[in-house]
Amino acid sequence: MSTPMQTMVVDPLDNTAEDPTRPTPLVLGGHDFTSLTDKVCGIAETPRPPRAWYIAFAVTSSLTVMMFAMIAYLIFKGIGVWGLNNPVGWGWAIINFVFWVGIGHAGTLISAILFLLRQKWRTSINRFAEAMTIFAVICAGIFPAIHVGRIWVVYWLFPVPNYQAMWPNFRSPLLWDVFAVGTYATVSLLFWYTGMVPDLATLRDRATKKSRAILYGIFALGWRGSHRHWHRYEKVYLILAGLATPLVLSVHSVVSFDFAVSQIPGWHTTIFPPYFVAGAIFSGFAMVGTLLVPARKWFGLGELITLHHLENMNKIILATGSMVGFAYATEFFIAWYGGNPNEAFAFVNRAFGPYAWAYWIMVSCNVIAPQFFWFKKIRTNTLVMWILYIFVNIGMWFERFVITVTSLSRDFLPSSWDYYKPTAVDVLTFLGSFGLFFTLVLLFIRYLPIVAMAEVKTVMPAAHVHGEARPVGDYHGDIDGGGTTRASKEVAP
Amino acid sequence: MSAATPSAAQAADRAIYGLLVEFEHPEGLVEACRRVRDEGFERWDAYTPFPIHGMDRAMGIRETRLPKLILLGGLTGLAIALLMQWWMNAVDYPFLISGKPLFGLPANIPVTFELTVLCSALTAFFGLWGRNGMPRLYHPVFKSRRFRRATADRFFLVLEASDRRFDLRRTQEFAASLGGVHVQQLEE
Repeated sequence: MSTPMQTMVVDPLDNTAEDPTRPTPLVLGGHDFTSLTDKVCGIAETPRPPRAWYIAFAVTSSLTVMMFAMIAYLIFKGIGVWGLNNPVGWGWAIINFVFWVGIGHAGTLISAILFLLRQKWRTSINRFAEAMTIFAVICAGIFPAIHVGRIWVVYWLFPVPNYQAMWPNFRSPLLWDVFAVGTYATVSLLFWYTGMVPDLATLRDRATKKSRAILYGIFALGWRGSHRHWHRYEKVYLILAGLATPLVLSVHSVVSFDFAVSQIPGWHTTIFPPYFVAGAIFSGFAMVGTLLVPARKWFGLGELITLHHLENMNKIILATGSMVGFAYATEFFIAWYGGNPNEAFAFVNRAFGPYAWAYWIMVSCNVIAPQFFWFKKIRTNTLVMWILYIFVNIGMWFERFVITVTSLSRDFLPSSWDYYKPTAVDVLTFLGSFGLFFTLVLLFIRYLPIVAMAEVKTVMPAAHVHGEARPVGDYHGDIDGGGTTRASKEVAP
Repeated sequence: MSAATPSAAQAADRAIYGLLVEFEHPEGLVEACRRVRDEGFERWDAYTPFPIHGMDRAMGIRETRLPKLILLGGLTGLAIALLMQWWMNAVDYPFLISGKPLFGLPANIPVTFELTVLCSALTAFFGLWGRNGMPRLYHPVFKSRRFRRATADRFFLVLEASDRRFDLRRTQEFAASLGGVHVQQLEE
């Protein structure tokens, strides 16, 4: 009976208590439209960002420069500067590619799939997650481009006429990848930008300097919030979400085909597409969390990105992490049950062979770490969850390492086995890609609206017009074909 | 009745784009929109910082035809993808690899799917801005300083002078009766 007393004294910023009789408030701190706009725009409008921003930017941009230096060295000397050897022809480049492209998937899940499922809590975090998607896909795209060796003929990947009068082989999963990742990058960018136009208009209208008004003005395309525009906008947003949903599932499925369509033991399995997609969402949410937890603290966004949001994300990490763990177990079961000795060997070799250390890092980080999220105390503790996110990030990189390297280094013929080790160039290029990723994140925080203001406003109680059935505002929810047609018939002249 | 107003009045109003009415809360705007719709205005618009539920009905906006256009875009992408793969791999440059058929749906589905999605998304994106008449960096409403809050926390309604029913004096009275906090004349 002491529960009501406890509810009285809890932190006003803690909205994680579930009360099924009323919707959980998604914006705390008594914000109205004005203060919300001030808060979010304030981040992009401060004349000078905090000192920590400059320090972080100096570090990340240096890393970026280092990455480009490494790439220049690679192009100048050739692929031999990497640690690739005869059986292991696919090394860190493909590992990093799958790692980065997988991270992007959480952004699309939050922006598209949670939107279709009408999960209103997504509004506070979707802009940030979508930005992360685009930056991750940029980092991902670098690796396949440079791993081709002769980068000056990289256009052979595309169906462009060339002097040899050859066309690409459309029956190869590697070419499917070109189309899948290209489409994914384009659609994510369109979706992100479309969602941002109304908020860019807000920044334009608040600009005090002419240069800012012009720059934001150009990118806002002259948006003025016309309701006739909103009508089409909501429809298109819904359709883009509907398109992005199967797209995101297809992208990592196609990435997994790069492995699954080959005949290497440990790769040639039908479980790969769903297992890769679950892993992608798992790793992506961990990366969103890695960025959001500090950003929300430094920019005082705890009232918009509430504990409830973080807790929901942790539940998704728990669910997808368990799926990944289940997939690992299934792989082992099928390797034994399938009765193929090469397949069985590949898995025993993974867990107990020369790369056992990598395998057990992967299992500890991906299977054990997320299980802590069964406890509410851990789900709602920002420091502990951030540490767990780091574990997941590490674990998911090692998953790709284990899949790629263990299978290649010991395939059918023992005479061709070899141990693979990366070189400094491998390591520095990968480190540099983190530099590029965080540089883009820092620029995004500095210049763009990091919370989707227009969307968040619709989930505030004040957005709700009395007499409507729904208890809270409903962004992009006004798509009621029958109703509007009837109304337009009423006034048809 | 308003058609009875001679063209002389129109000439006097030429410089006027319309009347801007400002509201503090979404409820007031929705109620006003219903009245404007019922009054029979055709050239008018509501401007809000976010889409308001129920506004489509209150304004009597017709369902957009963009979804059909997007479907058409998607089908175009599908056709291009299938034709391209068939022509490139089976006609113009046929080569056998691993005994796979030169053109067979299973191996050609991924690229077909991706191009269908890509073309649909591009149609959606460009269709949206095209139908909205954007980019359009100048618009008469931008002349109003008060209108800058239309993308933040205020709600606006504009009765355009090009409407058949627009008559400066009478429409001004009507605008004042809509319950807004401020009425302003907008120049072209």
